[in-house]
Amino acid sequence: MPRTEFYGIRHHGPGSARSLRRALEEFAPDLVLVEGPPEADAIVRLAADPQMVPPVALLAYTTDAGSAGEDGRAEGPRAAFWPFAEFSPEWQAIGYALEAGAEVRFCDLPAAHQLALDPPADPAGESGSEEEAPAPERIRADPLGWLARAAGYDDAERWWEDVVEHRGEGPSSFPAIAEAMAALREDLERRPLEGEPALPEAYLLRERRREAHMRRTLRRALRQGHERIAVVCGAWHVPALQARVRAGEDDRTLRGLPKRKVALTWVPWSYGRLARRSGYGAGVRSPGWYRHLFLSPDRPVERWLTLAARLLREEDLHVSSAHVIEAVRLAETLAALRGRPLAGLEEVTEAARAVLCEGAEEPLALIRERMVVGERLGSVPDGTPMVPVQRDLRAECRRLKLTPSARPKEQDLDLRRPLDLERSRLLHRLRLLDVPWGEPTASSVQGKGTFRETWTLHWRPELDVALIEAGAWGTTVRDAAGARARALAEGARTLAELTAVAERCLLADLDEALPAVVHALSDLAATDTDVSHLMAALPALVRTLRYGDVRGAPLGGLRTVVDGMVVRICVGLPPAARGLDEDAARELLGLLDAVHEALALLDPGPGVEETGARPGGKTDEKAGEEAGEEPGPMARWQAALADLLDRPGLHGLVEGRLTRMLHDAGALPDASDRMARAVSVGVEPSRAAAWIEGFLSGDGLVLVHDEALLRLVDGWIAGLTADAFTAVLPLLRRTFSRFGAPERRAIGERARALASSAAPAARGEEPDPARAAPAARAVARILGWDRPAAEDGGR
Amino acid sequence: MTDGTTEAAGPPARDRADRAVLRPHAEQQFADELALLAEHDDRPRPPGWRLSPWAVTTYLLGGELPDGEVITPKYVGPRRLIEVAVATLATDRALLLLGVPGTAKTWVSEHLAAAVCGDSTLLVQGTAGTSEEALRYGWNYARLLAEGPSERALVPSPVMRAMQEGMVARIEELTRMPGDVQDTLITILSEKTLPIPELNTEVQARRGFTVIATANDRDRGVNELSSALRRRFNTVVLPLPATTDEEVDIVSRRVRQIGRSLQLPEVPAGLTEIRRVVTVFRELRSGMTVDGRTRLKSPSGTLSTAEAISVITNGLALAAHFGDGVLRAEDVAGGIVGAVVQDPVSDRVVWQEYLETVVREREEWRDFYRACREVS
Repeated sequence: MPRTEFYGIRHHGPGSARSLRRALEEFAPDLVLVEGPPEADAIVRLAADPQMVPPVALLAYTTDAGSAGEDGRAEGPRAAFWPFAEFSPEWQAIGYALEAGAEVRFCDLPAAHQLALDPPADPAGESGSEEEAPAPERIRADPLGWLARAAGYDDAERWWEDVVEHRGEGPSSFPAIAEAMAALREDLERRPLEGEPALPEAYLLRERRREAHMRRTLRRALRQGHERIAVVCGAWHVPALQARVRAGEDDRTLRGLPKRKVALTWVPWSYGRLARRSGYGAGVRSPGWYRHLFLSPDRPVERWLTLAARLLREEDLHVSSAHVIEAVRLAETLAALRGRPLAGLEEVTEAARAVLCEGAEEPLALIRERMVVGERLGSVPDGTPMVPVQRDLRAECRRLKLTPSARPKEQDLDLRRPLDLERSRLLHRLRLLDVPWGEPTASSVQGKGTFRETWTLHWRPELDVALIEAGAWGTTVRDAAGARARALAEGARTLAELTAVAERCLLADLDEALPAVVHALSDLAATDTDVSHLMAALPALVRTLRYGDVRGAPLGGLRTVVDGMVVRICVGLPPAARGLDEDAARELLGLLDAVHEALALLDPGPGVEETGARPGGKTDEKAGEEAGEEPGPMARWQAALADLLDRPGLHGLVEGRLTRMLHDAGALPDASDRMARAVSVGVEPSRAAAWIEGFLSGDGLVLVHDEALLRLVDGWIAGLTADAFTAVLPLLRRTFSRFGAPERRAIGERARALASSAAPAARGEEPDPARAAPAARAVARILGWDRPAAEDGGR
Repeated sequence: MTDGTTEAAGPPARDRADRAVLRPHAEQQFADELALLAEHDDRPRPPGWRLSPWAVTTYLLGGELPDGEVITPKYVGPRRLIEVAVATLATDRALLLLGVPGTAKTWVSEHLAAAVCGDSTLLVQGTAGTSEEALRYGWNYARLLAEGPSERALVPSPVMRAMQEGMVARIEELTRMPGDVQDTLITILSEKTLPIPELNTEVQARRGFTVIATANDRDRGVNELSSALRRRFNTVVLPLPATTDEEVDIVSRRVRQIGRSLQLPEVPAGLTEIRRVVTVFRELRSGMTVDGRTRLKSPSGTLSTAEAISVITNGLALAAHFGDGVLRAEDVAGGIVGAVVQDPVSDRVVWQEYLETVVREREEWRDFYRACREVS
C-alpha cells in the first residue's frame, strides 16, 4: 500500500524548514514532490552541487517570439522566478532528497503554461502591499501568517516557533496545519456568500489549474509505483491535494491551456528580493534573522546580539560585552513579560535599541540593514544551463576579477592599467545591453580625468533576466553589445542619438560596430539640413575622435565624417546666421563656441604640422591623403568665419564673437578698426553693446592685455551721450559682471592708467599719438567727427 | 515631602489628604486601581515589587481586569516602550527616559515608581546646582559638631533611602546636573553600594532598588552623560504622539483628570476645541499643515502636548467661571497665543502668518480666527 504524506509549509519559514527536514528524515520517502515548475526536474540535481549557494532562484523564461495559443494574450518575453533561501522548506526538501537518494519532482503547473497565461493579478504575486489588500487576499497570501494573527502574533515565524517548534517531541504538526488550512479555505469560500469580497475569479481559476496539475502529478507518481511519496507544498494547497477529485475532472480543467516555449535555469538571488514582496508571493521581511534562526538553533538570541555588537564595533561605536549581557537579559525579560517562550526578533530589536544603541535610531538602522535583511547574493555552479552570453559574462568576470555583489560598491578604474581598461569596457558593453550592473558615478578621485572612471557596481537578480534577453543579440558580451550598437545606430533618427551611440561604442571598445555607426552618421549628416544639428553633434564626435586616440581605438572613417561635417557646417553657417533675434543669436553663439573649441582640440591650427602632431598609423595615412591642397578643418572654419564676418545682417552678438575668435586666432589684422566701427556713433547703442558682449564674452583678460582694444572700449563708453549710456548700461553690466572680480579690478586700473597718462610712451620713430591726440581731438571736434575717427586721423 | 503613610491611614484619611493637597501622588490618586491590580495579580513578582511586571504594564497602558474592572491608561503611546521600560526595571537595570519636553517622561517615571514600589516620592530634581549630597547623603551639622560623625548625624538622600528600603529612586532632568555629580551614580548603579567613608561603613542596596532617570536630549545647557554612566542605563526614547487622534485622546483624558482634581465646575470639554488646539500645535510643531500641502514656520517654543493640555485646562476654567459653561474658541484663543508666542518679535510673525494663511482659509474655523484676531 503506497503511502503519501502531505507537508504544508510556509514559504521561506525557517521553523517550517527545520520541522520538515525532521519529518522527512523520519518518513524516508522514495519520491519528494515539491511545489515548482516541472520543467526544472532536469536541473534539480544542481542543487546538491557544492558551488550552489542559496539564495538562488529557478528562472523560467520564454524562448519563442511570443504569440501564444487561442486565449494566449501574453506576448513578448516573460520570465518567472521561484526563489529559495537555505531556510526555505522547499530547499531543505530538495536537499534531503538529493542526499538520501530519493527522487525529486516539481509538481506545480508547468512554466510553459504559467508564462503563456495572463500575468496573474495575484495576491500572492508581484505587487500589492500587504496593508492595502482586502482580507481574503491577505489570508491567501500568507495563510499561516493569518492564523498567527488570529492567535495574537504579528510575526508568523514567532507563532510557528511558539506553537510548533517549542512543543517538544510531540506528534508531527503537519496534520494539524492541514486541518487549519481546510478551515481557512472553507471560511474563504463562505465569505462571498455572506456578501464579503472574494478573490478575483481569474486568480481562482489559476489556483484551480495549479492544484489540478499537482493532483495529476501525484496520481502519475502513484501509477509509476512509488511507495512512499512526500508532497511539499504551500500549506494552503494541502486540503485541495488531499481532496478526492476524479482524474477526468482535472484533465478537463487542464485541457487546452495555452503554451509557450520556455527554458529553465538557476540564477543567483538576493535577500533583498526575498525581503520585498516583489517578485515572489511569500515575502520575507527579515531574511537575515530567519537565516540566523535556521543556522544557529543554539542560543540564537545571545549569538544575534553578539553579532550586532560586533557590527556596531566595526562602525566605531563602543559596545562592550557588558552591553551584550544586559541586552540579552532585557530581551529575555521582555519575552517573559510578553508571555513568549523565547525572545524573538522584536524583543531582540527592542533590547538592541535600548541597550546597544542607547536609544538612538541610526545604529539600529544599521543593524536592520546589515543583519535583519542581511543582503547577500547566492551563486550557481558552472554546470548550470545558461545562455551563452551569461556564460561569457561569467568567464569575463573571472578573468577580470570582478565579483557580483548585492550591496552597492564603488570601484575606481585607472584606464592606464590594462585590467581596469578591460573592466571599464566590459561595464560599458553591459550598459549598451541594458544590463546596468555598473553605473558611472562622479569620481571621488578626480573630477574630470580621461584616464579615470568611477563605477557603482550593484548586481540585482533581475539583471540576469536582462542578460538573458540580451542573449538575443549575440553569444558573447562583446558580440551582443556590437550587434546592439549597430541596431541602435540603424534606429537612430537624430544626429545627437547617433553621436551618443558612437561615443558609447568607443567606450565599450566595439571596433566592429563603429564602421556601421560611422556610416549611419555620415548618411544622416548628409541629409540633415539643419546646420545647428550638425554643430551640436560635432563636439561629441571630436571628443570621440580624441578620446579614441587616448584609448588606442581605431577610428575607421570617423575622421572623414568629421571633416565632411565641418565642410557642411561651413557652407551652411552664413544663411543660418542671418536675421537672428536675440535668443537665436545667443543659441548660435553657444554652438559657435562649442564647435570652435572642438576644432581647436582636433586641429591645433593651420600653423601646426598635422603629420607630426598625432600618433598612430592611421592618421599618418590620412595626412598623406590630405597632403594636397585640401585645407585643414580649422583653416576652413576660420575662412568660413572670416567670410561670414563680412556679410551684412549679422546680429551684434555673433559679429562681436566672430571678430574675437578670429582676433584670437591671429587671423584678423584689423580687429581694432572693426571694433571702432561696430561701436561708432552710427551704430545703435544696443547693437554696439551686444557686439561688445559678444566680443568680450567669457573673458575680460583681453582688455587687460590689449591696450588698443581697451582704449577703444574706453573711448566708446566715454563718448556716449547720457541717454545712450543709460540705454547700454544694463548690457554692459551684464557683460562685465561675468568677469571675475580680479579681472574687473585689473581692467579698472588699466582704464585709470589710460586716463592719467593719456597715451602710452613713444614708440620709436612713429609719430607720437599722445602728443598729437589733443590736437587731433580738437580738430575732430571742430569737424564734428567722433573719437574713433580722430584715432584714425592720429595715425 | 508628604507623608508616605496614606495607605495605612484608610479611606477617610485619604479623602482628607486628597482635599488637602493640590496634586496627589500617583500612588494616592490611583490607589484603588493599584489595589485592584494587586488583588488580581497572580503572576510572579520580582523581589521588592508590589506588582508583577504584567500588572505594572497594565497599570500604565490600561486594560480590563478579569472581573470587569477597568484600569485607565496612564500613558497613551507605543506599547513596546512601556514593555521595554518595565522589563528594564525587572532586570534591576536603571532606566533612562529620553525625549523632548512634554513627552510625558516625568509622568511615566512617576507612575512606574508608584506601580513598582508604591512610592513615587523618592525624587531628586537635577539642576545646575544639584550637589553630590543630593545623591549620596548630607550631614546634620549641629549633631555632627556635637556628637562627631555618627549614623544619627547622617541625612540620607532619596537615593540612599531607596537603596536601604529596596525602592525606586527617581532622578529628574539628569542631564542638568554637573557631570561630576552625575558620575556619583556610577558606583551606586554598578556596585549597588554607597560607601560612607566617614563612618567606615556602607549602604548596600536591598533587592528592588533601581533608578529611573529622565533627561531632555534636545535642550541647551545640558551636561552630556559620560559613557561610563550611560552604559549603566537602558534607554527608552519617548516620542511625540504619532497621530492627531492619539494626541487628542491624550489631551482630553488629562484635561478631564485635571479638571476633576482642580474641582472645576463640570464643563463638557468640547472635543472640537481640543482637536483644534491639538491641530494648531501639531502643525506649528512640524512646520507643515496636516494635509501636507503648506510649509509653515515653526515658533521657538516646544509646543508640547503638555502645553496643549494646559491651554485647554485654562480654557475650561475661563468657560466655567466667566463664560457660558461651554468651551468655545474665545476661551482657548488667549492661551494658545500665549503658548505659541514665546518670543515677542519672531514668534508673533510666525503666529500672524499662520493665522492669516492657514486658519483664515478654513471655513469651519471662522470663530476661532475671529477670537484669535481679537487677542493678538
